[in-house]
Amino acid sequence: MLTFDAVTCVRGGRALFEGLSFTLEQGGAALVTGPNGVGKSSLIRLSAGLLAPAAGRITGDAPRALLTEQSSLDEELPLARALAFWARLDATTGKVVGALDALSLSDLADIPVRLLSTGQRRRAAIARVIASGAPLWLLDEPANGLDKAALGLLETAIATHRAAGGAILMASHTPITLSDVIAIDLAQLSCQSERTA
Amino acid sequence: MSSPLLHLIARDLRRAWIGGGALLPVAFFLLVAILFPFAIGPDAKLLARVGGGILWAAALLAALIPIERLVAPDMASGVIDQLLTRGQSAATIAFAKLIAHWLAFAPPVLIAALPAAALLDLSSETLVRVEIGLLIGTPGLAALALATGALVAGLRGAGAIAGLLLLPLAVPLLIFGAGSLDGGVGALKLLAAVSLVLVAGAPFVAGAAIRAGLD
Repeated sequence: MLTFDAVTCVRGGRALFEGLSFTLEQGGAALVTGPNGVGKSSLIRLSAGLLAPAAGRITGDAPRALLTEQSSLDEELPLARALAFWARLDATTGKVVGALDALSLSDLADIPVRLLSTGQRRRAAIARVIASGAPLWLLDEPANGLDKAALGLLETAIATHRAAGGAILMASHTPITLSDVIAIDLAQLSCQSERTA
Repeated sequence: MSSPLLHLIARDLRRAWIGGGALLPVAFFLLVAILFPFAIGPDAKLLARVGGGILWAAALLAALIPIERLVAPDMASGVIDQLLTRGQSAATIAFAKLIAHWLAFAPPVLIAALPAAALLDLSSETLVRVEIGLLIGTPGLAALALATGALVAGLRGAGAIAGLLLLPLAVPLLIFGAGSLDGGVGALKLLAAVSLVLVAGAPFVAGAAIRAGLD
């Protein structure tokens, strides 16, 4: 579903990591780890096609759903309508209610996004990913700001997605329960001497 | 037009109107038009003679106001990232923003030109020429504003830099727009040509700027 072949990532003239190869199959999951600044978010953005690799090839044509630091939901809209904007673009309007339910956000459907707390925004962004119906999820620190109950909901959502044949590429420093996971330790591939030393 | 494009245009239009964002340029346009009589003095004949040009200069200055909210907020909130991840091209996103911006910018300015013309004691003939010129020229102004907005998105002091970028590039629109007031159909044709070139080029310039801003 997603293949990295000897990929090198350069940001702002600085090489972050090189020679990264892995393949993500249907139902698979890959967990990216490494210290701050090693290129975890860049790896997610490479996978989303937002950055181009400096060397190597990234292949895979499955539709992707991206979760970054920002929720990308219009602040002034009620939560359900903000999610519906993206669902309409993805032609998956029917999935919004289920996605809200999966993150136990149904009670907040009519609340404007700007009034949501950090954790609620994060849950809303995860709901956006679920509602997209995309087979490949790219999650950058999905557990940031989540409480224990919400973390459980995230784990359930990920398990459900994988059981349905979806794949996940996730960068996280919070321990998340994942079975059969490909571990990608970027510290091993880092180009920066102060990290490899 | 494809439905995602319409969907994006509808969103930008809605966001332009909330909080009076689309009315600010109009208020600015009227304010500039009101300032000139104070500066020049209440000589009705003089005002009537220079009034058309004043309206054009006011439209140019009003085009500066919305620049910072055209692209930068969507870059910061990750909306552009989300659209690109969904396979929309940066130029398509920019094209949708251009149409939405023109729809939010031009009609209010065209309407505001009516009271402004009354304040400057313009003849109805001049007013009609100004309105026709603005109708042809505002797509070019909107295109310049969008391209500039994409180029300065994320910069500190973006507003001031945007003004320095846009105003010189808008001079051809001003020359041919004000030139058409003397009844020159040739000036209108040139105005249309400049406007068309700007509209055709801006989505690609803005798209490239958005792409470059990702790194």
